[in-house]
Amino acid sequence: MASAILRRDRLRALTLLSPAYLWLTVAIFLPLSAMVFFSVLTDVPFGDREWHLTAGNYQAFLETGTYARLLWKSLQLGATVTALSVLIGFPCAYVLAKVVRGRSREALFLLVVLPFWSNSLVRIFSWAIVLRGNGVLDRAVNAVLPWPVKLNLMYSQSAIVIGLVHSYLPYVILTSYLALQAIDDSLIEAARSLGAKRLTILRRLILPLSMPGLVAGAVLIFVPVVGSFMEPRLLGGRLGTYYGTLIEDQFVAVFNWPLGAALSFILLAVVLVILGLASPILRKARL
Amino acid sequence: MAEVRVENLTKTYGPLKALDAVTLDFRDGGFFGLLGPSGSGKTTLLRAIAGFVIPDDGRVLIGGEPVERVPVEAREIGMVFQSYALFPNMTVADNVAFGLDVRRIRGAERDRRVKDVLDLVQLGDLGQRKPHQLSGGQKQRVAMARAIVTRPRVLLLDEPLSALDKALRVEMQVELKRIQREVGITTIFVTHDQEEALTLSDEIGILRNGRLVRHGPPREVYNNPRDAFTARFLGEANLFSGSLEAGGLRLPDGALIPGATTAMVAVRPENVQVSASEPSGPIRLRAEIRRRIFAGAMGTLILDRHGEPIKAIARDSEFAELPDNGRVWLSWREGSAIPVENAPN
Ligand SMILES: Nc1ncnc2c1ncn2[C@@H]1O[C@H](COP(=O)(O)OP(=O)(O)OP(=O)(O)O)[C@@H](O)[C@H]1O
Ligand SMILES: [Mg+2]
Repeated sequence: MASAILRRDRLRALTLLSPAYLWLTVAIFLPLSAMVFFSVLTDVPFGDREWHLTAGNYQAFLETGTYARLLWKSLQLGATVTALSVLIGFPCAYVLAKVVRGRSREALFLLVVLPFWSNSLVRIFSWAIVLRGNGVLDRAVNAVLPWPVKLNLMYSQSAIVIGLVHSYLPYVILTSYLALQAIDDSLIEAARSLGAKRLTILRRLILPLSMPGLVAGAVLIFVPVVGSFMEPRLLGGRLGTYYGTLIEDQFVAVFNWPLGAALSFILLAVVLVILGLASPILRKARL
Repeated sequence: MAEVRVENLTKTYGPLKALDAVTLDFRDGGFFGLLGPSGSGKTTLLRAIAGFVIPDDGRVLIGGEPVERVPVEAREIGMVFQSYALFPNMTVADNVAFGLDVRRIRGAERDRRVKDVLDLVQLGDLGQRKPHQLSGGQKQRVAMARAIVTRPRVLLLDEPLSALDKALRVEMQVELKRIQREVGITTIFVTHDQEEALTLSDEIGILRNGRLVRHGPPREVYNNPRDAFTARFLGEANLFSGSLEAGGLRLPDGALIPGATTAMVAVRPENVQVSASEPSGPIRLRAEIRRRIFAGAMGTLILDRHGEPIKAIARDSEFAELPDNGRVWLSWREGSAIPVENAPN
């Protein structure tokens, strides 16, 4: 009797969920499967091209040191950008959530989400104008300082990092803001009444309680930055060869889709392994 | 432990005076109950003592020292919030030890004090639980333990029991009083519940629109409220007003309350005697019964005197022979009419 009801409930739940699952299948699973398929081919199966199955694309990653080296470079870039975004974004979120009130909060919020709304190409080219030699930043610094400085950040590692941090900062600000907002002010007041100073409150209360938001923001940044290609290409110039640009090249320049697909899956696997290794540490940090 | 004094304390929010020149002494080791209608400034007064509210004028003294330059975290206070404000990321024991950690009290001393205070609030074996695994009453005890473990100079409680149901509230009142007596910390307690204030406090204060209307020992304030607001707010009161004559107070309908010396008197419902036949004493007023309310042993009678409602409370059996409707006599013993002033708003 009870199990019959349970079965009926489960059936109903399945019926209700089926559109969602169908959509997930079409939108994610099918393209992903197609890419898995591509990654084990010798050539794209379009037109009258010859193709057969191979593991060569994956072997290429292991045999050629360059690919692994670029992946390592991209992982470092991801770590740098994530760290900087957290260091800048968390204090911003704190000020937004716990210091400013009312109208000015809305205005500041708008500034934070503005990068979201602007076209990413426009954003990157704006940075190019600011950062290049004799550009906006260069002139501004020289106008202030009495001695001449030659600031040429364009086409450097720094330019890439600046562009990426600017693009992805809103993620960590928004997720941290939501987590901080959920911390009841009376908790902070209680800690103060017990004698805790700002730093103690930050370390023992605010950081642990907002850690889930902070981690979510960091993951949201790290994953796309490791695979990023536009910022490295446009702001890094000759230095801008990364794992992301490597994959992009396979798809749009060299037209070697199978290798591109294989490299993408290796990236996915590496990122998942890193997140898997980090999760127990991060979970412990919450306690 | 210390006595607390506020002098001429004033706080305005725009046009609103949340505190209006409040001067009040809180005795060392005493239990002070702050009462008042909603919005009367009780929380503001408490938070000004704690240091969360910066007064516009006046000052706060803790242990005789002015504390306007002392931030909250250095005032050596203990505070219990209405929402308890337990740290959700820490165990009960760590919550309690927070104030000790801040004071760098470590090791065996820390463990001993946490254990002692948890025993005091009868939570000895719940130290490893997280706050979300506790009942309301248990959270309340943890909040209490956390606030007193640092041996603060003053304990501030803002409606700490209002989130509990009636039975638990009464139990916690007894607990609160016991704990306060054992540790002897000067305690200031805000409550909506006048009965709670009367039971717990050595002294009470009544706020209204940011002003301190009356303060003193509960029995004294209850028996001699002095003004109409206090009489009505603390317990219930039937107010009679008219013009003062040589013989007493002449009411608008011509009845006389002999012996009265003010233009207004208050009579507690429990002192109003209702009878079907004319009483023999000097005080005789007519009224009509409107409603009878039965509440177990005690009964309440709502009467009407020229449109003014009058309330009488007695053992239900005493009302037994009264008619359900119709005219009856009211009287009271001569000392029961409390002279009061008509309080301005
Ligand atoms: N931060 C604030 N800004 C503006 N007005 C405030 C602020 N805090 C309190 N008030 C006002 O001051 C008055 C006193 O508030 P307070 O919180 O002290 O009342 P209360 O006696 O504690 O009331 P309740 O019993 O409802 O808790 C109220 O009218 C309130 O609206
Ligand atoms: Mg209040």
